[in-house]
Amino acid sequence: MLDFNRNHFELFGLAPRFALDTGALERAYRDVQSQVHPDRFTHAGEAEQRLSMQWTTRVNEAYQTLRQPFDRANYLLELRGIHALDPNNTKMPADFLMQQMAWREALAEAKADKSLAGLQDLERDIGGLAQAMQAQLANLLDQQQDFPHAAEVLRKYRFMQKLLAEIDAAYEEIE
Amino acid sequence: MALLQISEPGMSTAPHQHRLAVGIDLGTTNSLVASVRNGLSVVINDEQGHSLLPSVVRYLADGSVTVGYPAQAKQSDDPHNTLVSVKRFMGRGVQDIRDIAALPYQFVDAPGMLQLKTVAGSKSPVEVSAEILKVLKQRAETALGGELAGAVITVPAYFDDAQRQATKDAAKLAGLNVLRLLNEPTAAAIAYGLDNGAEGIYAVYDLGGGTFDISILKLSKGVFEVLATNGDSALGGDDFDHRIYCWVLEQAGLSVLGDHDKRLLLTRAREAKEMLSERPTAGITAMLSTGQLVDLRLDEQAFRAMTESLVNKTLLPCRKALRDAGLTPAEVKGVVMVGGSTRMPRIQAAVGEFFGQVPLTNLDPDKVVALGAAIQANVLAGNKRDDDWLLLDVVPLSLGIETMGGLVEKIIPRNATLPLARAQEFTTFKDGQTAMAIHVVQGERELVSECRSLARFELRGIPPMVAGAARIRVTFQVDADGLLAVAAREMSTGIEAHIEVKPSYGLSDDEIARMLRDSYDHARFDVEARQLAELKVDAQRLVEATEAALAEDGETLLDPAERSAISTLLAALKQAMQGNDAPTVKRASDALNQGTSEFAARRMDASVKRALKGQRLEELDL
Repeated sequence: MLDFNRNHFELFGLAPRFALDTGALERAYRDVQSQVHPDRFTHAGEAEQRLSMQWTTRVNEAYQTLRQPFDRANYLLELRGIHALDPNNTKMPADFLMQQMAWREALAEAKADKSLAGLQDLERDIGGLAQAMQAQLANLLDQQQDFPHAAEVLRKYRFMQKLLAEIDAAYEEIE
Repeated sequence: MALLQISEPGMSTAPHQHRLAVGIDLGTTNSLVASVRNGLSVVINDEQGHSLLPSVVRYLADGSVTVGYPAQAKQSDDPHNTLVSVKRFMGRGVQDIRDIAALPYQFVDAPGMLQLKTVAGSKSPVEVSAEILKVLKQRAETALGGELAGAVITVPAYFDDAQRQATKDAAKLAGLNVLRLLNEPTAAAIAYGLDNGAEGIYAVYDLGGGTFDISILKLSKGVFEVLATNGDSALGGDDFDHRIYCWVLEQAGLSVLGDHDKRLLLTRAREAKEMLSERPTAGITAMLSTGQLVDLRLDEQAFRAMTESLVNKTLLPCRKALRDAGLTPAEVKGVVMVGGSTRMPRIQAAVGEFFGQVPLTNLDPDKVVALGAAIQANVLAGNKRDDDWLLLDVVPLSLGIETMGGLVEKIIPRNATLPLARAQEFTTFKDGQTAMAIHVVQGERELVSECRSLARFELRGIPPMVAGAARIRVTFQVDADGLLAVAAREMSTGIEAHIEVKPSYGLSDDEIARMLRDSYDHARFDVEARQLAELKVDAQRLVEATEAALAEDGETLLDPAERSAISTLLAALKQAMQGNDAPTVKRASDALNQGTSEFAARRMDASVKRALKGQRLEELDL
């Protein structure tokens, strides 16, 4: 049966790890999707069409979550009962916040100057740090199994994600 | 790759008759219909051998309608009643239309969608489009020799929910069973990819008469996965015509023109544009109704200068789509050119320069969309089961709802893979608030006023609580056609409101039924007979699907009692189909649907397990 209790990893027959073979995930997604997609059921009965819709929606959600490192880490923590992104938890080290402010100023400046080079520099710096955080998350989640610490890193990672999204938006504005 | 499945001897699915299915490209300038015949996708010509049907509809005083070339020939003589490029008005209000002054129509600002005043009364763009679709339906049925089981209708990838809904309504109004709304660039990718065995990242640049799309697709092992799409649903060849038209007015010192002359000069402008794709200069000659003779010569440089900003306007969405896909132009393996406007050498040069490669033009840019749609229609109609390719398309524009301060909270981000559902919880703003207005919008901007309003509805009966205590869960569901449905539910009481997102811009099913009745001759059209026929078609499909499922998995997934229960329901439905009582057929169909839902669930589960098992075995081999 379409078991909504089955978690995203189980759905694709994958081990619940942060360090994920994205090729295997992609293959599993395609293999499952080619079985359940609505295109396969346009000539079937209503019951099958409804199930197909439910399955595909579920499979898309699982795939989107596991594909993105940020969402995958958050999901792994959720599976452990840790809600890392609880809006009431806003604790952040002061030096990290200072750094954030510096980046935001740099972003505002690049936007004001319509400087593509400025945006690219910023994107490279922040992108590099986000990469490093991913490695850290892999270590904390898969090797150390230090989940509270992983949750802290994830909260920092979220700041980086937001900055990267704002840089993206700034590119569009400048163009 | 999944393991190949081989059925038990004698257990293969029952052969069924070939269902007639077509792909229809409902274009701004021209429309086409195609079908798969003898395994090959071909465009169906009319009796004179024309493959294109100009998307032009003329209404006459006696209530009759002409469509295509005969209508096109009259567009200058009868500009008010001869409607061209009506696709630009689908799902749009008067305030949405740019260049409205240059259009020779009498617009009526009807609620939801604008209408056009003709000698036969006010016509909505949906009705006009339905006239085009009816002609194509008739053309296909004559050529294929039977009634169509279904059609795939293409829409620009960047069409929003209102425009998609309007297109689907037009198809229903034309009496077509819509198998799927398919994005035009994706349709082109199917035709191109299957023909060329393409693998890798491809960009489809689709500049039609009135719309522009860019889609970035990943093609691998028969999966067509759209990574990102972008565009402008009000940018196309018509805009190039309009630039020439403005140049003509300026050069000839004309200011106020009658509608006849407007249409005449727009037509001459289009002809000049087409000529400039072949030659360095084009003459523009027209005798106006005032007796003034316009006689001008336009050269390539001048044309290029006046349209450069339009060309650049197509490159910005290309950049955005690539960024959304996380790719650079160098990672794109091929650029497929679609739409008649890509014949302009300047467009080909600009696209080539942007992507750093010569664009692919080996398929007819006018036909490739219809050809791809026909291939998909053939699969969806069930003529080609166990086909080993799959389409994964995306929602083009973010969907969200209005929150305090006129801001948009996005619930579904653009480029999310279809179909999908996403829920988010909201709460009340005031103490004791018992109702919540839900305003659904589509677009990328943060302000509601800068996005498209799709629908408004209310959730009432929320128990009075302090502000922020109620939990309202709003669920967005987008189906495989890219159409949205929204539901809201108060979590503590379970009070619900649900809406198919139609009211702002679409037609209700009742309205369509009324229009259908009006449009047919009562003597030969009986709504009830049609309803019964449709029920029987659905019932037949259900019978076939159930019998095939029983043959495949009945022994393994059902115990004898379950099998016999389904057989009983099956026999009852077949019995009901012998008669002519619609409610009886409906009841028996519902009963069989209900009675097979558990079986369907087991089958789905088994096929997923099989797919994953095949994959893991493959991985062990590595």
